[in-house]
Amino acid sequence: MDNKVRNPLFHVAKRAALPWYKSWVIRFGAVLAALIVCGLITTLVTGEDPIAVYVSMWEGSFGTTRRLWVLLQNIAMLLCVSLAVTPAFRMRCWNLGGEGQALIGCLCSAACMILLSGKLPNWAVIVCMIVSSILAGAIWAGIPAFFKAKYNTNETLFTLMMNYVATQLVAYFCVVWENPKGSGQIGIINPNTQIGWFPLIGGQKYLLNIIVVALICVAMHIYLNYTKHGYEIAVVGESERTARYVGIKVGRVIVRTMVLSGALCGLAGLLLVGSTNHTLTPTLVEGRGFTAVMVAWLAKFNPIWMILTSLLIVFLSRGAGEIATNFELNQSFGDILTGVILFFIIGSEFFINYQIKLTKSGGKEE
Amino acid sequence: MFDFITFIPRAVMQGIPLLLGSTGETLTEKSGNLNLGIPGIMYVGGICGVIGAFFYEAGKTAQEMNTFLAILIPMLCCLAGSLLMGLLYCFLTVTLRANQNVTGLALTTFGVGFGNFFGGSLIKLSGSELPSIILTNTSNIFRRHLAAGDSTGVFGKLFLSYGFLAYVAVILALVISYILKRTRTGLHLRAVGESPNTADAAGINVSRQKYAATCIGSMIAGLGGLYYVMDYASGMWTNNAFGDRGWLAIALVIFTIWRPNVGVLASFLFGGLYILHMYIPSGMNLAVKELYKMAPYVVTIIVLILTSMRNKRENQPPASLGLPYFREER
Repeated sequence: MDNKVRNPLFHVAKRAALPWYKSWVIRFGAVLAALIVCGLITTLVTGEDPIAVYVSMWEGSFGTTRRLWVLLQNIAMLLCVSLAVTPAFRMRCWNLGGEGQALIGCLCSAACMILLSGKLPNWAVIVCMIVSSILAGAIWAGIPAFFKAKYNTNETLFTLMMNYVATQLVAYFCVVWENPKGSGQIGIINPNTQIGWFPLIGGQKYLLNIIVVALICVAMHIYLNYTKHGYEIAVVGESERTARYVGIKVGRVIVRTMVLSGALCGLAGLLLVGSTNHTLTPTLVEGRGFTAVMVAWLAKFNPIWMILTSLLIVFLSRGAGEIATNFELNQSFGDILTGVILFFIIGSEFFINYQIKLTKSGGKEE
Repeated sequence: MFDFITFIPRAVMQGIPLLLGSTGETLTEKSGNLNLGIPGIMYVGGICGVIGAFFYEAGKTAQEMNTFLAILIPMLCCLAGSLLMGLLYCFLTVTLRANQNVTGLALTTFGVGFGNFFGGSLIKLSGSELPSIILTNTSNIFRRHLAAGDSTGVFGKLFLSYGFLAYVAVILALVISYILKRTRTGLHLRAVGESPNTADAAGINVSRQKYAATCIGSMIAGLGGLYYVMDYASGMWTNNAFGDRGWLAIALVIFTIWRPNVGVLASFLFGGLYILHMYIPSGMNLAVKELYKMAPYVVTIIVLILTSMRNKRENQPPASLGLPYFREER
């Protein structure tokens, strides 16, 4: 038998809460390191000067007024879905179904635009769109929540599967309502009458979305931090047993929070169809439901910080897209860079939560 | 009349990538790691195999190619690529204790991007005008099957007409299933997935078990990507052609209630459901076909609900699935 005392060189210990500025220094350090690595990768692949790469990244997001508006719009939509999934995450209920919930919202508002145009006045169509899409999102999240609350069904896997049910449902209706016939897709809905199109604010196509999402952001911050509901969510998230002990009805909180989460996703779908895209495709949400998980997590589920993290993610993906176009690379190059940066940020969380202590030599075993 | 004789082999071929993916994911999940990066890993496995085959096949005719090397090189590239992805996932979630859902999704973003990027730029490298990579020679070697498959009629068509990777997939599923259920190694692994605290107290190295299970699981899943490109798609890489099969593999894990041996038949069922829409005579109504594609997911949801309603102990997900383990937090 080997009786040597193993004395590791270092061990890992949990940190006491780090002051917020220190943790953000670590995060920014990670982003910086990630950007350097991304620059290196791009230089290796394209043979271009890394500075030129960063410049084109910047240009891609902030280059022209139009690009700036697109950037803001993308941030708003991503932020909207991220805010939507946040209450569920705070409860440690992994709602990975943001994609499907938003898509079903898209479907309902598009359905109202197509089926009700000409039958109801414009304002009534818009009201129907708002009500139906929010309701649809809520139902789409409510189903997994009900089973989670009642039978403790795994909500991560359930919501994940619901995404694809929604995708196929949209694909079905895309063929049913195809326009023109045989194309297999719905073009712009009501291009002439503009029924169901949300009004422009100040002549800017994207301003309405940005304002709505900003309001949701503030409201969500208040809801989570200063209301009884928010408190209940936090308690259930910390420990279900404690929640039950203090008399919180855990099942009800789960269903209520998930329904809220789904309703907001549905709203995101409504904004996508009613305000900007005016069409319906199975890929309309563009994977925001999944990206939102990362955005929300990076911000530690704090609605205000989420503005920053969604800015970061959108900036990266648009910047990487610009690199891809400029240097004639495949558009998927952006996904690789986004992935690399996410790995760095995910890894950096370790250094915020834990510290590595050198073991003093000659100490006791372990 | 529904043509079962052509339908079943297609369903099986469609099911094999799902089987490999779900076998790998089951192994991973048994160690308590919910690896949502499987779709990305399967992409990486596929593209790494393609890259390997591409450079081996470049400038060679079918006669010059060595059968053994033509299989070995893509296979090793595929295994190495998916191993690296598995290691990355483990490093982030086990060593750095990051959130598994977030890491998995990031891995999928990265993997799919990696696959599509190299799928696109390899074409540029070769300077060909084709819209996609075609590795016919390598694929022919991967697709080679027993001569008896053609001469024994219906039996041969149903059982002997597949490339060797299909049989590897079935054998792997049965072996993994045996290891999990009947051996000490499997017992230790399941203990880690059910209750890492207890396993740690019993002297099992939790991190090592998680690393081993996840890395081997990733490599098996990566083979699924390789099978898809080399066998099912006849060596033709098209960006995004692999589609949502990775998620379907994860669905299959739930559908089989964490049993790879059940997965053998279940994957063929899923494969059948996946292509059912091509065989259902729906006339001109294309829309209904989209609804048929929903079937595997709906079936999975129903299984998920039923298993949780019946609440039988042996049918539950591993108890610590998705949770990081840190000794100090006991």
